[in-house]
Amino acid sequence: MARIDLRNLAHAYGPNPREPRAYALKPLNHTWEDGGAYALLGPSGCGKTTLLNIISGLITPSQGQVLFDGVDVTAMPTEARNIAQVFQFPVIYDTMTVYDNLAFPLRNRRVPAPAVDARVREIAAMLEMTDVLRKRARGLTADAKQKISLGRGLVRSDVAAILFDEPLTVIDPLLKWQLRSQLKQLHKKSGYTMVYVTHDQTEALTFADKVVVMFDGEVVQMGTPAELFERPAHTFVGYFIGSPGMNVLAAEVDGTVATVDGREIRLPRAYGKSTPDRKVELGIRPEFVRVARGQGLPVTIRKVEDVGSYKIARLALGQREIAAVAPEGTEFPADDVGAVFDPAHLNVYVDGHLVDGTPVRGA
Amino acid sequence: MDRPTNQKAWFLVLPVLLLVAFSAVIPLMTVVNYSVQDTFGNNEFFWAGTAWFEEILHSQRFHEALARNLIFSAIILAIQIPLGIVVALSMPRKGIGVSICLVLMALPLLIPWNVVGTIWQVFGRVDIGLLGHTLEAIGIDYNYVRDPLDAWFTIILMDVWHWTSLVALLCYAGLVSIPEAYYQAARIDGASRWAVFRYIQLPKMNRVLLIAVLLRFMDSFMIYTEPFVVTGGGPGNSTTFLSIDLVKMAVGQFDLGPAAAMSIVYFLVVLLFSWIFYTVMTNFERGGQ
Repeated sequence: MARIDLRNLAHAYGPNPREPRAYALKPLNHTWEDGGAYALLGPSGCGKTTLLNIISGLITPSQGQVLFDGVDVTAMPTEARNIAQVFQFPVIYDTMTVYDNLAFPLRNRRVPAPAVDARVREIAAMLEMTDVLRKRARGLTADAKQKISLGRGLVRSDVAAILFDEPLTVIDPLLKWQLRSQLKQLHKKSGYTMVYVTHDQTEALTFADKVVVMFDGEVVQMGTPAELFERPAHTFVGYFIGSPGMNVLAAEVDGTVATVDGREIRLPRAYGKSTPDRKVELGIRPEFVRVARGQGLPVTIRKVEDVGSYKIARLALGQREIAAVAPEGTEFPADDVGAVFDPAHLNVYVDGHLVDGTPVRGA
Repeated sequence: MDRPTNQKAWFLVLPVLLLVAFSAVIPLMTVVNYSVQDTFGNNEFFWAGTAWFEEILHSQRFHEALARNLIFSAIILAIQIPLGIVVALSMPRKGIGVSICLVLMALPLLIPWNVVGTIWQVFGRVDIGLLGHTLEAIGIDYNYVRDPLDAWFTIILMDVWHWTSLVALLCYAGLVSIPEAYYQAARIDGASRWAVFRYIQLPKMNRVLLIAVLLRFMDSFMIYTEPFVVTGGGPGNSTTFLSIDLVKMAVGQFDLGPAAAMSIVYFLVVLLFSWIFYTVMTNFERGGQ
């Protein structure tokens, strides 16, 4: 178990990167606390797997350092790092039994047989696989195989962290839920630092205490699921997390007034005057948009989607589309429709990044 | 099972059945026909029953050729399979080296068999051959025309040169199909080079190895052209394998009956060994579950 620090870490696959675009992973500083459950969330190709492979030592970074409990391990090979990794597709040793699969990492490290046996049985019990220990691993289902891959990581008592690279991709949707909650329990029982890479927000938000959102080789936000939801630090986080994602509207801002399509909206905080050379946007979650008659911005209702437990209204504001979430049973007005934004949840973004305004008395 | 059956499918298989009938079944049946009859030409046939089979099965000439052939196949498999694996493991996985390697490896496979025989026939000659002359020059008494051991050495070396690349290419195909994650997981698990081979690469190569073993067994057991060109079955009978013996009997001595009986026995032996290899290797893969 260990705390992992990344210092000024960056990676480019090509040699001699010059421009920032050549980096698969842009320079970043980050700390994974000991025993934490982290999710690394982002779309495909954003550098999540690269980051994971750098931590496990499968890739040597172009620059920067990786520290385990303060010790620089950047130059250390994978096998010396005490890292466990679970891959997208289950990796099992076909010809071995489940027992031998679990024992494999320990035997490779010349752990005495009685200790191996005790540990394997302990982990098998934890994974609820005791009754298949003598079975050949190849005949098992995908989820059982994935549990074995995980077990090979857990079995080593010296493991600094367990890394998961989209481990539930090939698992049935129904079993995904089970495995995910088992994983969560395992994290509590074992206390290992776990880093979980995924592009699925549900997986990330249910597994992790802290979610790290990556976009285009950069860490754009780290926070609890609630923080990511309420105050997305980047417009990308806004529309990547949540279903539907955050509404992002191009706007001009001056003081406490934002102008969208010629309409003024009061802001709860004061901001500087926007200049044309920077992209200013207003972000509001659909959950905080209310559809009302004769109030707010004039919109037309394009369509209403009923997803069962709530309704999503797709509103047209000029050329733009705004989504609004309303409870089941809401009747939408037929004419003179307006969209009201909850001012407490209005966020202002400049060039994609969240800007903190100054609080205004009496606003 | 109450799966719906559709007998019409048989019509789709019919063309293939006809093709196989003309190319294999009917010629085989003619052989069966010869094997149970005696003929003196003029298209006159007399029923001989199992006489030819008894003759062949009790013939020392057949026993010796069979023994020679089995030893030859055993040596070929013992050399080519491990060597092919080693070659496949050391081939590059990416870059320009891959195509160069593949083309070089495929070259021996593209040469007509009698040309291979001729190449080695000349290569091994003591007076003008590069191999033969060199060996003699450094003081090794080598002459494949006179010495049975040298003849065997030459033929085995030739076959290894000719066919090892087939095994290597098959194994290589098996190796490149292993996802990178397996190697990464093995590194994380602290597996040694040997363990990676034993528990990842070998199991993944199992299928292609089965094909390689079967192909190499059948080919080496039925080898004819190359040793015929190089040694003609000599010196003495030392490199007379079953196929060479069969041709001698059938078209040299014109003993059609015994030759036909021998063909059938020969065919059954190949079939038997192929079945044994198949069963043993697929059982090994399943690991006696």
